[in-house]
Amino acid sequence: MAEELPTRDGSNDVSTGDHSQPAKPGRLLRAPEGFLSPAQIADVAAGRRDFLRNAFVSATGAATVLANMPARAASASDALSAQAAGDPNILELPEHSRGLGQGVATRGYGVPSVWERNLQRRESPGLTRVAAAGVSFTPLQGLFGIITPSGLHFERHHQGWWDIDPSKHRFMINGLVKNPKVYTMDDLMRLPSVSRMHFIECGANTGMEWGNVAVPTVQYSHGMMSCAEFTGVPLSVLLDDCGFDSINGKFILAEGADGSGMARTISMARALDDGMVAYAMNGEMLRPENGYPLRLVVPGVQGVSWVKWLRRIEVGDMPYATKDETLHYVDLMPDGTHRQYTSIQECKSVITSPSGGQKLIDKGFFNITGLAWSGRGKIRRVDVSTDGGKNWRTAKLETPILSKCWTRFNIGWNWDGSLTILQSRAIDETGYVQPTLNQLRAVRGRRSIYHNNAIQSWRVAETGEVANVQVS
Amino acid sequence: MFRFPRVLQRESSCRFFAKAARNAIALGLIFVTFQSATFAQEKFSGIGRTATSAEIKAWDIDVRPDFKGLPVGAGSVDKGQQIWESKCESCHGTFGESNEVFTPMVGGITQADIASGQVATLKRTDFPQRTTLMKLSQLSTLWDYINRAMPWNAPKSLTTDEVYAVTAYILNLGEIVPADFVLSDKNIRDVQAKLPNRNGMVKFSGLWDVDASADVKNTACMKNCFPATATEPQITSSMPDFALNQHGNLADQNRLIGGVRGMNTGGAAESSSNKLGNLASNQIAKNSAQNKDAAALESAELAKKYSCTSCHALNSKLVGPSYVDISRKYKGDGAAVAKLMAKIRNGGSGVWGLLPMPPHATVNDADLQALVQWSLSAGQ
Repeated sequence: MAEELPTRDGSNDVSTGDHSQPAKPGRLLRAPEGFLSPAQIADVAAGRRDFLRNAFVSATGAATVLANMPARAASASDALSAQAAGDPNILELPEHSRGLGQGVATRGYGVPSVWERNLQRRESPGLTRVAAAGVSFTPLQGLFGIITPSGLHFERHHQGWWDIDPSKHRFMINGLVKNPKVYTMDDLMRLPSVSRMHFIECGANTGMEWGNVAVPTVQYSHGMMSCAEFTGVPLSVLLDDCGFDSINGKFILAEGADGSGMARTISMARALDDGMVAYAMNGEMLRPENGYPLRLVVPGVQGVSWVKWLRRIEVGDMPYATKDETLHYVDLMPDGTHRQYTSIQECKSVITSPSGGQKLIDKGFFNITGLAWSGRGKIRRVDVSTDGGKNWRTAKLETPILSKCWTRFNIGWNWDGSLTILQSRAIDETGYVQPTLNQLRAVRGRRSIYHNNAIQSWRVAETGEVANVQVS
Repeated sequence: MFRFPRVLQRESSCRFFAKAARNAIALGLIFVTFQSATFAQEKFSGIGRTATSAEIKAWDIDVRPDFKGLPVGAGSVDKGQQIWESKCESCHGTFGESNEVFTPMVGGITQADIASGQVATLKRTDFPQRTTLMKLSQLSTLWDYINRAMPWNAPKSLTTDEVYAVTAYILNLGEIVPADFVLSDKNIRDVQAKLPNRNGMVKFSGLWDVDASADVKNTACMKNCFPATATEPQITSSMPDFALNQHGNLADQNRLIGGVRGMNTGGAAESSSNKLGNLASNQIAKNSAQNKDAAALESAELAKKYSCTSCHALNSKLVGPSYVDISRKYKGDGAAVAKLMAKIRNGGSGVWGLLPMPPHATVNDADLQALVQWSLSAGQ
């Protein structure tokens, strides 16, 4: 009986949501709802709180210990002596300290701990209607550092994904070139390669929030975004190899081999600066969902231009007005016009923890952590406000700080248990300061789906619950 | 000193070689080989090869705003309607108005827009949805996309004339061309001049050139940044309580250790750490799950893979009938497997209503049979 209780942290109530704090000796648990009688509530309202605090300490102290004890030993005196002795997670050696573990190569390709299963790519209900032309969001709330694990890299497909036989994949360059060429994967992987870390952000990231708060967590508000190390051949090398027309060739069209024949115009300036034809991500080949075996990497430019399953590049002298440049990925302005060919992902940041839908487990010290990035270059500075934007402190930027790459920021915070609002504000190396939502709306209105890089606000309630809010 | 740009230098050297080759060898074929060898030797010997003209023709399918790349051909509104009803209607609706599978294609435009070239509805904040014809500024976009990506489950299967016809039909639904119209490469520019939103696009260099100026300017105030009139931030928008669990139980979407947990928004859902605990302890048992369950799971994956689930759900009618309804209808019918396999492969309509199911020619036999058998067992 008793040994069937989950014993991960010695508690049998770790999972009950509002009261999900591990029963840690010495920690005060918050009262469950309905803990106070109407008479006690009247007392609190009248300013009499002391009796309550005392009662609460003894009640939760006992509950804590009971939670740690086998059911048969749950008498009050046993409980008190057990608490005095220490944490059963220390006193009672766990199975993994007393038995034989698993051998090497039990898993030919390792997977995360079963306890990490909550961090998954997820869809936002109602956002798209067909999974083959849908989005899955990266769980930013649980990530560390600046590299997104490949299995959690966000997905956006326009006509479904494929696992393409790389020996049959071909890449063609044609158009305004002297010598239109075909390359096999063998060819491309023989060429000089570069490896660079860059973020990729969908132009519609945070797009659901233009009008009002629409989603509960940072996964859904900012998770159409990932950051990885990409390896491949610089576009400039390949364009040069075909003898591209550097006078008239002002644009390239990148085209995918999938059903949608995904196609996007990229300026020759972006292509030659740091564009890359990539076959690898995070030390291994691209995942099929991310374009295996070949995708375009256009640092700083919105994700839709990073064409997956890349089959062709055409050099041309005008933009191509493809479906995703005329009907989608156009920014609706208040006067009814659409901005076409908007591409650069402007400077932006977000606090990833604590963030919407999370709950602080207690008062006291927390590390506020988040991400900052800019499609125009490096992050210069990130400021954090813990009072809704009235006062700001400059956060510590973790290294490396790279161009067009996530930069991780951290800053300490002692939460006193009061209602407040957390915000972060990034500044990039051009001096551009991440704007407020109202500054963006003053220029672009509220109906644009794309390029919302506003300062994000997270409200922390007295209960420790964090919520997505917008402020003025 | 004036120096030739690198490409020009290369061009002149090419011309030199070309002339030499023409003089020395009469055969063009040999010249091509010779030319590509010259390039390869410059830098990356043995990497890549010259594309053949047939290869370029096969892949270079894009049609630009100036209609460069548009193949010769023609298609009538009438023919477009026939194709529409068999291959397009199931997703886009009979009149391109459907909002069920994709956003609507037709609606929101007027004859005044056709005259002005800018859709007035786009200024309205109360209009529920932007349709394709409200936004479309380049006719090449529509032609190119139908040609490269439609129909949804069999892209690039339409002939050139069929693409013209379907394009003509959509334009007719929007009353941009008359019912007896035949769209062709000859008259497509005339129709471009009538597109309701042809003047509706603007360029903004701030989001195209990495060095251009942005359209908003914030300053990095550090102390007492509120205006004198405000002491507290004003919350203007937040999630309503009833919507908190629309993304599922947030407790199940956060790590179980650290300074924070996910909020429990889930009601009766099994809490995450119990679920994970069971998962951990039952892993071995799950690995040896019964073959039947595994097969069912695989078939469900197949249904997703072939996008069946876009139109069919297990228990409820979407665009098409539910799997449970299908299994009930064909219960005890010995010929059902063969009948349904043919139906999925070739498409059809009339059994469950007028909306046709499009053909699914690319599903292989084994998968098709697994899908049908799984569908037929869905009610059990």
